[in-house]
Amino acid sequence: MEFKAETVTLGGATIALKRGGTGEPVIFLHGADGLTEWPALLDELAKTYEVIVPDLPGFGHSNAPETVDDISDVAYLFMDMLEAMKLTNVRIIGHSLGAWAALEMAVRSCARIHSLSLLAPAGIHVKGHPKADIYMIDPDEQARLAYADEALGKAASDRALVSKHQEQAILNRIASARLGWNPRLYNPRLERWLHRVTCPVQIIWGDTDRIIPTPYADAFAALMPKAKVVKLAHCGHLPHVEKQAEVMGLLTPFLKA
Amino acid sequence: MKITSFNLMSYADIDLSVKEKFRSAWVLLPNSYFDPQKGHALYNRYLDELELADELGFDGVAVNEHHQTAYGLMPSPVVTASALARRTKNCRIAILGNAFCLRDNPLTLAEEHAMIDCITGGRLVTGFVRGVGTEYFSFGSNPVHSLERHKEAAELVVRAWTETGPFAFEGKHFHLEYVNLWPRPFQQPHPPIWCPSQGSLETIEWAAHPDRKYVYLQNYSPRESVGRYLDLYREIAQNYGYEATSDRIGWGAPVYVGETDEKAIEEARPHIEMLFNVLLPKASELMFFPPGYMSPQSLQHILKHKKANSGGVTIESLMERGIIIVGSPDTVRKKITDYHYHMGFQELVTMLTFGTMPAEMSERNIRLFASEVMPALKALTDREYKGFERKTPVMAAQ
Repeated sequence: MEFKAETVTLGGATIALKRGGTGEPVIFLHGADGLTEWPALLDELAKTYEVIVPDLPGFGHSNAPETVDDISDVAYLFMDMLEAMKLTNVRIIGHSLGAWAALEMAVRSCARIHSLSLLAPAGIHVKGHPKADIYMIDPDEQARLAYADEALGKAASDRALVSKHQEQAILNRIASARLGWNPRLYNPRLERWLHRVTCPVQIIWGDTDRIIPTPYADAFAALMPKAKVVKLAHCGHLPHVEKQAEVMGLLTPFLKA
Repeated sequence: MKITSFNLMSYADIDLSVKEKFRSAWVLLPNSYFDPQKGHALYNRYLDELELADELGFDGVAVNEHHQTAYGLMPSPVVTASALARRTKNCRIAILGNAFCLRDNPLTLAEEHAMIDCITGGRLVTGFVRGVGTEYFSFGSNPVHSLERHKEAAELVVRAWTETGPFAFEGKHFHLEYVNLWPRPFQQPHPPIWCPSQGSLETIEWAAHPDRKYVYLQNYSPRESVGRYLDLYREIAQNYGYEATSDRIGWGAPVYVGETDEKAIEEARPHIEMLFNVLLPKASELMFFPPGYMSPQSLQHILKHKKANSGGVTIESLMERGIIIVGSPDTVRKKITDYHYHMGFQELVTMLTFGTMPAEMSERNIRLFASEVMPALKALTDREYKGFERKTPVMAAQ
C-alpha cells in the first residue's frame, strides 16, 4: 500500500503525516520510539480505511514547536489537526505514548472520535508498579525488552544499533522525554477525567509486556469499566508488531461497529 | 598562575566488587554500601586535606556537587564549603559547581552562597553547572529543559545578587513574585563565577559572552581537547569583539607527585584506575547523557563509540592522553609548565586525592606538590605563554 507524505501547518507547528488507503479515517498515533520502523499493520488497515499516520511533535519530520511543552499541548494540537483536516468519525489507534495522547484528546472531546483502540497505553501510574525506565536504558536494550519473543528482541536490538536510524531515534527520544520525563509517562490528573471518554474503547495488552507491565491493563479496566480489555499471550509491548494478526482480528470488528 | 586544591570526596572505602554487581556506582548502587562510620572518618579526612592546602599556601580550595553516588560524597557542596569557611583563613573557597538549575527555586542556593561569601569576607567562588546527566535521574528534572533552566537560573541568581529588591523575576521555568536577597554577597558586584565543563560549545559561548566573561574551567579531559576548548574560549571572545584574559581560563586534572617517575606511577596506579574503572563507569550511556541533555549530534557520537568508553582504563593511557599528570616533582613541574606554555591558563585546579588513595598518601602528595611544584607554577604569567594563535578567521558572534 502506498502512503503519501503530507504536512499540516497549525500556527508554529508543522505536523508531518503519511496518508494511505480510502474509506473512513483511521489515525495511528505512534509510541515513544516514533516511526523509525513502519508497522506492517498500517498497510493492512489501509486496505479498508483511509489511514493517517502523523509524527507526534518533535518526532520524525514534525517540528518541536515552542507551543508544545506537555501532553495536553499535544492533545489540543491534534484536536486542531482533526478540525483543520475536517475529519469526523475518526478511529484512533494509539500505541503507548500515542495512546496516552489519544486519551488526552478523548477526555477533552469525543465529538470527532468514533472509537479508541489503545495498545499498551501510557498515561496513568499504578503505585508499586514502575514502568521500565526507557530514559535510562540504552536504545538497543529497550528494543530487546519490547518483545516477548527472544529472537525478535535480539533482532530488534541489533537493528537499534544500526546507525541509519540513530539520528532520528535520538531526536525521537528527546521528543519523548519532553512529554514523558517527569512524571514518567503519565499525567496524574488524567485518570480523574477518564469518565469523559464517551466513545467505545478497546485496550490491547501483551501479557509479557516488560515496558508497561500488565497491572496497568487491570488498572485501565477498573478505571474504564465500559472498555474492552484484552491480554494477548506471549506478547510484549508491541502487540501490533509481535502479534499483528491477532491485533488485526480484534481491530476489524471493533472498527467496523 | 593560581593553584586550587580540589577534593572530589569519593567513597574510598567502597567494596570494589560493586561494579560487577550493580554496573555503576551512580544512582543504582544501594546506599547500604555506605557505612556512616567510614563516612564520618572520610569527610573529616577530606576536609583536613583542604584545610592543609590553605595552610600550605594554595590560592584556593574547591568542592563540588554529585548525587546518589559513591563517586563523590557532596550532594551539597554548600555544607563542605561552610565547614571550610571558618577553618580556612586565606584561600578562596570555590564551589565548582552547584547545579542551580536542578533546584525548584535556585534562590535557596543563591542565599547560601551569599552567606558563605559574607562569613568569609569575600573568599567565595561560585560555579554554575548543569550537573552531569545522572543528576537528572536523581532529581527527576527534565534534561530536555536543562540548558534553558541553567541559563535562566544563572540570570535569576546574578540579578538577585546585584539588583535591589524586591523585584519580580518572570522567567519561563522560574517565576518568583518576590526576589529580595538578605544577605547580599560580600564581594561586589558578586562572587567570581566559574563554569566547569568537560567541553560543551554551548557552555563556552555562554561563559565567554561579554555580559558574563565567566571563568571557563576545562576538567578531566585529554590534553588535546583541553587545548582546543580553551582556545575556543579565546576565539569566541574575539568573535564578540574582545580579548579574553588568561585569568578567565582554567584547567582541572588529577595530579600525583612521587619521589621518582616510576614510584609515582606505581603508587598512583591502583587509585586512579579505580576512579576511572569503578567509580566513573555508568550502567548505560543514557544515564550520563539523558535525552536532550546534549545536542543530538553529540549524543549520536557517544552512542557510536559506546564500546570504547566502558572501563579497562590504565594509568599509562590516562597519562599518555594528558588527562592526568603523574611523575617526579621535576616531571610534573615541566609538564604543567609546558601545558601552560601552549594553553596559557592562569587557573589550575589540581585533584591531589582520588579513588581509594589512603590518607597518608594524599597528604604526602599535597605536601610534595606544594613544596616542589607549586612555587614554580605560581610564577607563571602570560609572559611564559606562547600566546593565542587563532586558527580560524574572525566571525561575528551570533
